[in-house]
Amino acid sequence: MSDEIRKDVQEAAETAEPAENKEPQYSLNDDRRVKVLSPGAMVAKRFFRNRIAMVGLVILIFMFAFSFIGGIISPYKQDQRFYRTDSLSKEYCSAIENKEFRYAQAPDQDFSSIIQAQMVLATQQGVTEFSFKGVDYVMEPVGDDFYIVKLANGTEIGLAFKNVFSESDPSFKADYEFLREALTADATGESSFTANGESYSLDENGIVMQGSREVGYISRYVVQPLMSDVFLTRDFKEQLLEALETGDNDFFFKDPDGVESEYKIEYNAASQKYTIKQSRESQVYDTYASPSKEHWLGTDRNGMDMLTRLMYGGRVSLIIGFIVEFIANFIGVIMGGISGYFGGWVDMLIMRIVDIFYCIPSTPILIILGAAMDAQMVDPTVRMVYLMLILGFLSWPGVARMIRGQILSLREQEFMVATEATGIKVSRRIFRHLVPNVIPLLIVSASMGIGGTIIMEATLSFLGLGVKFPFASWGNIINDVNNTFVLTNYWFIWIPAGVLLLGTVLAFNLVGDGLRDAFDPRMKR
Amino acid sequence: MKKYILKRLLLSIVILFFVTLIIYTLIRCLPTSYIENIARQKSMQPGSKSFEEWMEQLSAMYNLDTGILTGFFRWWGQMLRGNFGDSWVYTIPVTEEFNKTIWLSFVMGLITMFFEIIIAVPLGIISATKQYSKTDYTISVIALAGISLPTFFFASLLKLLFSVKLGWFDLFGLVGRNYEQLDSFGQFMDKAHHLVLPCVTLIVISIGGLMRYTRTNMLEVLNSDYIRTARAKGLSERKVVFHHAFRNTLIPLVTIIGGSLPGLFSGALITETLYAIPGIGYASYKAMVGGDIPFSMFYLTFLAILTLLGNLIADILYAVVDPRVRIS
Repeated sequence: MSDEIRKDVQEAAETAEPAENKEPQYSLNDDRRVKVLSPGAMVAKRFFRNRIAMVGLVILIFMFAFSFIGGIISPYKQDQRFYRTDSLSKEYCSAIENKEFRYAQAPDQDFSSIIQAQMVLATQQGVTEFSFKGVDYVMEPVGDDFYIVKLANGTEIGLAFKNVFSESDPSFKADYEFLREALTADATGESSFTANGESYSLDENGIVMQGSREVGYISRYVVQPLMSDVFLTRDFKEQLLEALETGDNDFFFKDPDGVESEYKIEYNAASQKYTIKQSRESQVYDTYASPSKEHWLGTDRNGMDMLTRLMYGGRVSLIIGFIVEFIANFIGVIMGGISGYFGGWVDMLIMRIVDIFYCIPSTPILIILGAAMDAQMVDPTVRMVYLMLILGFLSWPGVARMIRGQILSLREQEFMVATEATGIKVSRRIFRHLVPNVIPLLIVSASMGIGGTIIMEATLSFLGLGVKFPFASWGNIINDVNNTFVLTNYWFIWIPAGVLLLGTVLAFNLVGDGLRDAFDPRMKR
Repeated sequence: MKKYILKRLLLSIVILFFVTLIIYTLIRCLPTSYIENIARQKSMQPGSKSFEEWMEQLSAMYNLDTGILTGFFRWWGQMLRGNFGDSWVYTIPVTEEFNKTIWLSFVMGLITMFFEIIIAVPLGIISATKQYSKTDYTISVIALAGISLPTFFFASLLKLLFSVKLGWFDLFGLVGRNYEQLDSFGQFMDKAHHLVLPCVTLIVISIGGLMRYTRTNMLEVLNSDYIRTARAKGLSERKVVFHHAFRNTLIPLVTIIGGSLPGLFSGALITETLYAIPGIGYASYKAMVGGDIPFSMFYLTFLAILTLLGNLIADILYAVVDPRVRIS
C-alpha cells in the first residue's frame, strides 16, 4: 500500500504545473490523487484498446441485435409461408372447324354416299340440280352450306350441311326431323322451331334449348373437352363459339364457381384443330424466390422469408451456444473446483472420470444420438433440449481439467494460506476466494467455447441431425446446399447463413482472444 | 521411464474399459432401428412371421437378446481376440471394411498434416517475432478465421468456386467417370485429383490451431530470461530467434505434433462425408446413421484408443524432448 501512495505522490508532484511555482504539496486529499484504476478497470481499458477485439465485439453486438431485435422488427414470422400465383396452362378443350358436308338421311329414303358425292360435285359446279343413274335430284338451298336434297318429285331424301349439331345432353337423340328443323332455323336466323311436336329455342350462338334444358348446339365448330373431368357449360361454349367466329385469340370466362380464367385459342394448321388452353391462376409456395423488396434475401425451399429465418436461426444458434456453455462450465467448475481443492483420492477419482469422458468421441456420439432421435421422430422442441444437454454434458471435462490446474496453482498462494489461517469455511474458501480468481480464465475459455459449440450445432444441423424444422438454425438453413441445384443457382439460400455463422464464431474467438490478452498482461512485451 | 510407460498403459486400458462400457450402454439403450427396419421388411413379405417374432429372432441373431452387461463382457471377450463381429450395413466383417477404408483416410491425414506443419509453424513464428505488427494482426485474424470456419460452409464455397464455376474438380467422390479406362498411373492421378479439395478443406480448417499454438509458445519463449541474456550478449536477432528461441519452441510443438500422430488414422468424418470420399470417416458415418452397432462400436473404440495413445505419446515425448522434465 505504501508503495502505491508514494507513487501517487510522485506522479502528483510531476504533474503539478510548474507555472504556479509553488512548493509541491504532499497531501493525501482526494483531489490531489492521481486516479488508480482497479484491476477490473485495467482489464477493461486494455480490452477496449485492442482494436481487433473491438471489431469482434461490434460484430457480436450486431449479431445479437440482428437475432434478438431483428426477429421482433421483422414483419414476418419464422414459419410464415409465402405464396405466389403461378399461371398453369393446360389443354382444356378442342374445337374443329367442320369444312366438309355432313349428311343426314331421311327415314326410308336412299341418300347413299354416291349420291352425296354427286351432290358435292354439283355444289362445286355451282348448280342446284344433278342426276345420277337416271334419277334427277334437286338441291334446295336453305342457307349457307345447307341444302335439303329432294328427288325431282319433291320427296325429301336427306340433308347436307356444314353447321353441325352436337348434343350436349347424351340422353337426347336428334332425329331427322329435329335436325331438319333445327338447321333450318339456324340457317334462316329464327330463334325458335318445333320438331316432333316439341318446341325448341335457338339463340344467336347456335345453342338449342328445350325449355331450360340445353340439348345441343349448332355450329361450324365441334367442341370437345380434352380433360376427362371437364364439363363444358353452355355459357362457356357460347363464349368460345363467339370467339371462334370473331377470330379472337383469347377470351376470359368466369366458371360457375366464380373463378375467372383466361383461355387461349391456338390453331394447329397441320391437324386443322383449335386447341383451347386454360391458364388458371393457382397459388403455389413461393419457393426459392430471388431477393426482392419484400424478401431481402429471397425465400427458402418452404417459401419462408430467408432474412427472418436467419434472424430466428441466429437466436437458436446463440441460445444453444450459451446454454451449452453454461452447462459445461457449471459442471466443469464444480468438478474441477472440488478436485483441485481437495486433492488426494477425490482428485484422483474425478480426474479419472474426466479422462474417461475426454476419450468419448463427441462427434460420432452426437451423430448416433441424432440418427436415433430421427428414428424415434422426437418432437423438434424436445430434441433441441436434448441436443443442448448432450452437448453440454460432453464438453465439461475440458473445463474441469482447466479449472483444476488453475486451482492447484492458486491453492499454494499466500492468500489461500491466509484464508485457512483465519478459519473461513471450506465452501466459502472455494467459492468466495478461489473461484473468483478462476473466472477470468473461465470467461476466456467460455467465449471461445461458445464459438466451438455453435459450429458443432451448425454441423449437426447441417447433417440433418441437430435442430429440426420448423425451427431455423444457421446450420439447417445451409443444409439446403446438399441439393446441388441450390448450391449452383441459389447463392442467397446458403451464403448469408454461412457468413453469419462465420462472423459470429470469429467474433467470439476475437473477443475471447482480446479478453485473454487483457486479463494476462504478461503476454505484452 | 519404463515403469512410467507401463503404468500409463495399464491406466489407459482401465480408462478404455470404462469408455467402452459407457459407449456400449449408450448404443444398446438406443432404439436399434436397423433391426427394426429389417424385421418390418421381413414381416411385410407374404406368409411371413409377425413383426414381433422377427424381432425376437433377429435380436438373437445379432446378440442383442442378452442384458447390457452380459453383452458388454461378451463384446470385450470377442474384442480381445480381435473379433469385432460383422458390420450390419456393409455385411462384411468390421475389420475388413476398416482395412478397406483406413488407408485412404491415413493418406489424407498425412498430406494434411504435412501442409499444416509447413504452413502453420513458420507463420506462427513470424507472427510471434513481430508481435503487434500488421503482419501479426493479419496472421492472427486469418488463423482465427480458419478456426471459426464451419467445415461444411467452407467445403460448399470451394465446391461452388472450383467445381461449379471453374469446373476443375468433381463435386463428389474419389474417382472420376472414366476411372476404369485409365492405366495405373492415370488412376493414381485421378484419385489424387479428387483428393485436392478435401485436403485443402482440411488444411485450411486445421492450420489456425497449430498457428496459434506456435505463436503462443514462441511468445512465451521470447519473453524468457535466457532470450534476454542472449540479446544482452549482443547476438543478432536472427541468431536469437532461430538458434535460441525456435529450438525451445520446438519442445511443445514436437509434443503436440507427436500427440496428434495417432489422429492421422481417425479419419475426417465431416469432410469425408461432404465430399463422399470412401475413407473410414464416411464409412462410419453411413454405419452410424444406419444404426450399425458393430461398426459404430468398433469406430468409437478405435477413436478412444487413438486419443489415449495420443495423450501417452505426447506425455512421453514431452519428457524425452525436454531434458528439464523428469518423470518421478
